[in-house]
Amino acid sequence: MSLANLKTLRDTADRFFTAVYDGLVAAVDFIFSFIQRLLGIKGMPYVFVLPNLLIFGIFILFPMLLNFVYAFTGGTSFFPEQRPWVGTQNFEQLLTCKNYLDPNTCVEDLFWRAVYNTIWYVVFQVAGMVLISLLTALILNRKIKARGFFRSVFFYPVLLSPIVVSLIWKWILQDTGALNGILTSLGYQKMPFLINAQQAQFWVVMISIWAFMGFYTLILLAGLQSIPADLYEAAAIDGANPWQAFTRITMPLLTPTMVVVVVLSLIRAVQVFDIAFVFTGGGPGTATLFLVQFIYNYGFSSPNKLFGLAAAASLVMAAVLIILTGIQLLARREEN
Amino acid sequence: MSQRFTFLTARRGRKRPHLTDVLSYLYLIAGVVVMFGPILWLVLSSFKTTQEIAKFPPRFLPYQQQTISVEGYEKPLPLFEVQFPDGSTRTLAQVRRVGLEAQLIDPQNPGEIIKVNINQRKPVEKVAFTLDNYIEGIKSFDFGLYLWNSIVVTVVATLLTLLVNSMAAFALSKYRFRGRQTIFLIMISTLMVPLSVVMVPVFLVITKIGWNNNLLGVIIPAAATPTGVFMLRQYMLTIPDELIDAARIDGASEWRIYAQVILPLAKPAIAVLAIFSVMWRWNDFLWPLIVLSRNEFFTLQVGLASFQGELNIQWNLILAMTVLTLLPITAVFGILQRYITTGIATTGMK
Repeated sequence: MSLANLKTLRDTADRFFTAVYDGLVAAVDFIFSFIQRLLGIKGMPYVFVLPNLLIFGIFILFPMLLNFVYAFTGGTSFFPEQRPWVGTQNFEQLLTCKNYLDPNTCVEDLFWRAVYNTIWYVVFQVAGMVLISLLTALILNRKIKARGFFRSVFFYPVLLSPIVVSLIWKWILQDTGALNGILTSLGYQKMPFLINAQQAQFWVVMISIWAFMGFYTLILLAGLQSIPADLYEAAAIDGANPWQAFTRITMPLLTPTMVVVVVLSLIRAVQVFDIAFVFTGGGPGTATLFLVQFIYNYGFSSPNKLFGLAAAASLVMAAVLIILTGIQLLARREEN
Repeated sequence: MSQRFTFLTARRGRKRPHLTDVLSYLYLIAGVVVMFGPILWLVLSSFKTTQEIAKFPPRFLPYQQQTISVEGYEKPLPLFEVQFPDGSTRTLAQVRRVGLEAQLIDPQNPGEIIKVNINQRKPVEKVAFTLDNYIEGIKSFDFGLYLWNSIVVTVVATLLTLLVNSMAAFALSKYRFRGRQTIFLIMISTLMVPLSVVMVPVFLVITKIGWNNNLLGVIIPAAATPTGVFMLRQYMLTIPDELIDAARIDGASEWRIYAQVILPLAKPAIAVLAIFSVMWRWNDFLWPLIVLSRNEFFTLQVGLASFQGELNIQWNLILAMTVLTLLPITAVFGILQRYITTGIATTGMK
């Protein structure tokens, strides 16, 4: 097809879509003009927010309130009107432990295992993520050939679904996978990547860093590029070495971006679910059972569904998330 | 530019690359291997035969044993390279194998059967990509149906998200009305409440409405994303109000002002939200997993996850289906890379 043909084709498509759009606009205008005549211009903003508010109210706001009803009622019935009021019993069941450092002494030991698993996951994942993203962003911010290409390479896995990511890595790390293949051909023993608890935990952290680091690298890179270059020039004239420039200029000016990155990755890390769900299924044993999977198991997949317990656990999680979000909003305000 | 001395961004010596440059490139090349290696490995593996997939240690490229059709035999016969005790080697076709003994023939001389120990023969192989996994996978996995469901969810949900959120953003940025601040504050405060926190009650709402095992149950709940409203509102605030006044004087209705003045001007922000919405919806897993329990409504992600959860994992098919699942999003990325990366860098959302 010649270039001119392509252009006319695009023009035709453009004209077609414009016509369709105009037609739709005119059709809806018929209804909206009628409403406008009824309500007047003053009433129109309510009409415009209404669809959003309806969906928002029914599927976000109302469920948030309903969550409390579930958390303070018991039984196995799914419908709130059939659930007996139990007060704080669900919370007591979740939060009672003889020794909080030992999940075995807790009434709901799985919950505490999930809590501890989530804590170590969050700590290692966020720390690793921030360090690796920062290093990558610093390197990409240098005068690098083909920067766009490298940036895309690091970013690409961000787009993949967690399911695809876990399957890719399960295929590599399984007993007869590529990594064990490399180990054996180098003369080492096979390693139980997915069978040994510590190994599985390590790999869940590594894989999620692999999958998300490109996102934080991009944000940090944008932060680095917004630092004015003349600051570095001035520092160079004053005889500062690169390390001093890094600690005295880069780090302080990057702090607001760093805070955003840390908090965003914290919020996401607390909600870890799909990668571990497909990759290890929470196992081996309970080694990679995280909070959201605990909620999912109790609310949706176990035979006797304890919705009250699941809702109570999700309220505990919500409390953590709200605190983290508050920190983030504060940080954003500082940044602006 | 050449006068600028920006370390951390520029090379120090003009002539020879500095050690840090070498290290940087080494890091980046290692990064390419770590980030792309697994994906390349997935794609290569998906073109391997079942025997090749089961092989340990695995080989990098997909190999296939060569076969030859010999007169008198229905099926093509596998070729082997046989080493004889006297040191000579011949390429022979295997007719059958009995225990430790293999019976082979010379394709040129099919009459004579040569018996050797199976350890004396090695398969003749060449690099070959088989599409069997894809063909069989599409048949047994219902790929077409899941793909269709995923497309419906992604397209409808994205259109709905754009419409509903841009309308709300328009109202919140261009009108002064009672309750505006309240609405905006409530939305912002739920900005970071993820679905995982309200799973149980949202599922109740869905059940009451009767949207279990209905794509609507996946599409609607997340259509009113506070993130989307917030982003579009911030952008629309930068559009001058004079344009609206002028349109009103010309007699345009409020709807026309929204659809034909504001929306075209807000295109860049809408595009970013559209890209994000496509990404969210295409990759969404937890919520579809909860709402959809019947096969015929599965999206690709749910289908893939349940496929791999079966007792004996059929890796050959899963690999092929995983490749097919990541293709569309890869294509979108290839085309819209620049928008996606700058969109994320400026809005900081995913």
